[in-house]
Amino acid sequence: MLILTCPHCGIQAEETELHNGGEAHLKRVGPDGSDEEFEGYMFARRNPRGVHLERWRHAYGCGKWFIAARCTVTLQVFGTYAAQTTTPPDHIVQAVRAARPDWNPTEEGASE
Amino acid sequence: MTHVPPFRLPRGGRLIDRSDQLGFRFDGRHLRGLRGDTLASALLANGQMMMGRSFKYHRPRGPVASGAEEPNALLGLGQGGRFEPNQRATTTALVPGMVTRSQNCWPSLDADIGAVNDWLSPLLPAGFYYKTFIHPRPFWKHVFEPVIRRSAGLGKAPTDPDPDLYEQAYGFADVVVVGGGIAGLQAARDAAAGGGSVTVLEQSPHWGGRTPIDHAGGQDAIDALLTDLRAMPGVTLRRNCMATGLYDHGYLIAREALADHDPNQGIPRQRLWRIRAGRVITATGALERPLSFACNDVPGVMLASAMRDFIDLHGVAPGQRIVVVTNNDDAYRTALIAADAGLDVAAIVDARPQATGDLPQAVRDRGIEVLTGSAIAKVKGRRHVEAVAICDQDGEGKITRTVECDAVAMSGGWSPVVHLYSHCGGKLTWDDAQALFRPDPDRPPLGADGQGIAQAVGAANGDLCCAGDLERPEGATMPVWVMPARAPHKLRAKMWLDYQNDVKVTDVELAAREGYASVEHTKRYTTLGMATDQGKLSNINGLAVLSGALDQPIPATGTTTFRPPYTPLTLATIAADARGEAFQPLRKTPMHGWHEAKGASWEPVGHWRRPYAYPQGAEDREAAVAREILAVRKGVGTLDASTLGKIVVKGPDAGRFMDMMYTNMMSTLKVGRCRYGLMCNENGFLMDDGVVARLSDDTWLCHTTTGGADRIHAHMEDWLQCEWWDWKVFTANLTEQYAQIAVAGPQARTLLERLNGSIDLSADALPFMAWAEGDLAGIPARIFRISFSGELSFEIAVPAARGLELWEKLHDAGADLGITPYGTEAMHVMRAEKGFIMIGDETDGTIIPQDLGLDWAISKKKADYIGKRAQRRLHMVDGTRWKLVGLQSLDGQVLPDGAYAATDQVNANGQRVTEGRVTSSYRSPTLDRPVAMGLVRHGPARMGQVLEFPMPSGAVMKARIVDPVFYDKEGSRLNG
Repeated sequence: MLILTCPHCGIQAEETELHNGGEAHLKRVGPDGSDEEFEGYMFARRNPRGVHLERWRHAYGCGKWFIAARCTVTLQVFGTYAAQTTTPPDHIVQAVRAARPDWNPTEEGASE
Repeated sequence: MTHVPPFRLPRGGRLIDRSDQLGFRFDGRHLRGLRGDTLASALLANGQMMMGRSFKYHRPRGPVASGAEEPNALLGLGQGGRFEPNQRATTTALVPGMVTRSQNCWPSLDADIGAVNDWLSPLLPAGFYYKTFIHPRPFWKHVFEPVIRRSAGLGKAPTDPDPDLYEQAYGFADVVVVGGGIAGLQAARDAAAGGGSVTVLEQSPHWGGRTPIDHAGGQDAIDALLTDLRAMPGVTLRRNCMATGLYDHGYLIAREALADHDPNQGIPRQRLWRIRAGRVITATGALERPLSFACNDVPGVMLASAMRDFIDLHGVAPGQRIVVVTNNDDAYRTALIAADAGLDVAAIVDARPQATGDLPQAVRDRGIEVLTGSAIAKVKGRRHVEAVAICDQDGEGKITRTVECDAVAMSGGWSPVVHLYSHCGGKLTWDDAQALFRPDPDRPPLGADGQGIAQAVGAANGDLCCAGDLERPEGATMPVWVMPARAPHKLRAKMWLDYQNDVKVTDVELAAREGYASVEHTKRYTTLGMATDQGKLSNINGLAVLSGALDQPIPATGTTTFRPPYTPLTLATIAADARGEAFQPLRKTPMHGWHEAKGASWEPVGHWRRPYAYPQGAEDREAAVAREILAVRKGVGTLDASTLGKIVVKGPDAGRFMDMMYTNMMSTLKVGRCRYGLMCNENGFLMDDGVVARLSDDTWLCHTTTGGADRIHAHMEDWLQCEWWDWKVFTANLTEQYAQIAVAGPQARTLLERLNGSIDLSADALPFMAWAEGDLAGIPARIFRISFSGELSFEIAVPAARGLELWEKLHDAGADLGITPYGTEAMHVMRAEKGFIMIGDETDGTIIPQDLGLDWAISKKKADYIGKRAQRRLHMVDGTRWKLVGLQSLDGQVLPDGAYAATDQVNANGQRVTEGRVTSSYRSPTLDRPVAMGLVRHGPARMGQVLEFPMPSGAVMKARIVDPVFYDKEGSRLNG
């Protein structure tokens, strides 16, 4: 059971207090999107073996959404940050790269 | 006078109290053991070597081990609700009055019919079921499976509720040491010396593990360590506490036995520990491996260490004349302890060409014969060991001599207990010198910080030659996977690997020949390691045999996956006190007690309990529902609607946000008005509905379904926080802040006007779909003119604390009007009569509002809303989608809910093509006939057509497609 620190309230929360929301930084495709664009947004989710940026809600705590950068293989957590951003903040990118020098946030989850 | 059973040694037994005799029963026989016995040692002391039968061939079996890895001595314990099957006799402490019984045999352990399988064993190879029961196909379901099911399964599940108490507890420690042997205690002392909290968990009731048995001075060393540890701050020592699994980020589950042996003390029987460990040190020791020689499963053949335990710990002789067979020095300790106990050690059969260390020398000094380079060709005897035939290890089994004996102590070397280390990602490495897998310190399981969280010490780390600070000089082990080395098929077919599941060397070899090269596949094909011991005893032997058959090194074969729990947990322990009323919290509305007092028949809705109906006297539920409906249609009724979700959305951008959440245009709703709204998910499917009221310029109140309140609130927050975080909007879930009462029926206004409120309730002042605020009977109230019943209806929201007061005032004031409380079923039937949809009935997560004819509730003007893009997809605008219609059965019978309409066409599978299904179906008391709704292909264009609904009985029900509004189509009642 994972432990993630909620960046909003600072609590080290156990997985049972959290609700997983899947891949982070999705770009919403609205009414003007093509079928292909909408399909990609709605269904084509990354499921990387490695570094993943994923949404979590501190559901049984402060109720706020945040994003965790973690490795799906080793379970290492590189950091958590508030969901109100479209890209991972610099300190998170640096924390991941300290352990995974080749990691590129824009290719996050590219299959191995 | 003290009675000494025949197999109890005259002296010795460090754990038993010879002055305290305990009576118990085994298969109805009254036996006696001693305080400190395990069930296995007590049975052995009574001469009961045979304790069970194997699963497949029903061969007689005795204990082969003395611990958690025991595959044979599994018994049913206790009676009634306390009965537990498959309990290991080797780890179960004897309790006075214990009632035990053997398993997997009929009519009795001694005369078991199923033993015929043993004679048929050449016909029952690996994969037998898969190969045999394939054809003819219908036979599997009707003949083979029922028969196999009856004969399968060990033990029997208890049927009565478990009467005992269980609990859970949370623990936190900087370091958790698992294993209270010498390695664990030393590691704990070292860890505690650096400060911080250290918890030591030991599975058995005794500290020290094997050290007190195997080493002179061992007990003193353990006692000294315990003395040190007890004086150190921050150290917690827990015995009877089995660490069963290590999970992500140092989450350790352990089961502590508190009153297993006397469940009548009023304290919990077991406690499930959920421990967050900063670091875990596995000092879990090692398990001895059997040797694979022919008939190595005859009762009386056991692990050398187990025999040593029975003699040394319990003063029990597993036999009077013992042969030791080994590939290592450690088994010589068993010979020494047996000889010290006065037992006859007939010979040591050592597979190694030479045995020259201190231990073999000590044995030779006792005059015990050591046969090096030798092997057991075969064990003679069926129900107990009678003799062993000796041969050369480096040969084909030619018998050189026969040695009479009544017990065999075998040792095939040791396997570190690596389970916890492996549970959440730690990797193993093959130690070729010692022929064992041990934890790879370079690839431990990792914590959140990326650092290793587990470390193995002592025998668990493959460190077999020293016990903590005590030296254990021993000669090298020689890997022996088959005995003798070139044993022919006839002998290999009698060499057991997995005792409980009857998997033999030849079964694994057959699997390899048939192409099962992966150890995981071989496991499932042969059932090797799938018994209750989960391969603890014999998996290494099995994968060594597989490696041999595949002609590859053992690490290339690898191990199967180690999964928690290490030993079985009862479901009661996992559930702990979350059962009965405490299983989940119950949500109660302010009027709950009133409903209860009126004899409400409850319907669970989420965590709520809502009155389904209020049966009176001898009335059944159906009659009560009909009465309630007619009372509402003709007079006035009240429904407790407090469970409906109430979410306030407020802020400068609230209107914009509401337009995204709902398919309707909510931003244009006027203050003081209500609108029925639909909410879809981004995939376009209808997820919730409810009435929205605009409370002020920047405030909307959203009513949701009872089950949807929390989910919809979370949905709103998700979009607000993660997509439109710059929008100035707050949401608040106020569901429990308000009690809400629906007052419905032609007399509703009359009733409310009697309560002297400040609100003008006339149709002009408060028309349908309007709301007003004021007070009613002295209670601050919001009155919504909305209707789910189709009648003149007011929903009144008041502060939760005053809900019961209003409810009672309504019933006092309406007595002469025949005011009737109605439940959820009356509500459901009335909305179906009116053709209103119900989330969960007409929707199932694949229905879009357009399917339900709700296009009028979808704004055409809005550029966007959640689900809009999805609803434009090809399949969503496909004209063949099933759409909502009413269904009128032709024979006056109620259509079964969920029934499918079938056409005359058949599909590729020979099934009739369906063209619709029933989504809601009731007998309408109002109309005195059935009403139903359903989704039908091209439904609205097919009014008047008749559909066929084939029934499971073969009969066919017919129904005509009609308008879904069965009652008051013009809406004159609801607008009244």
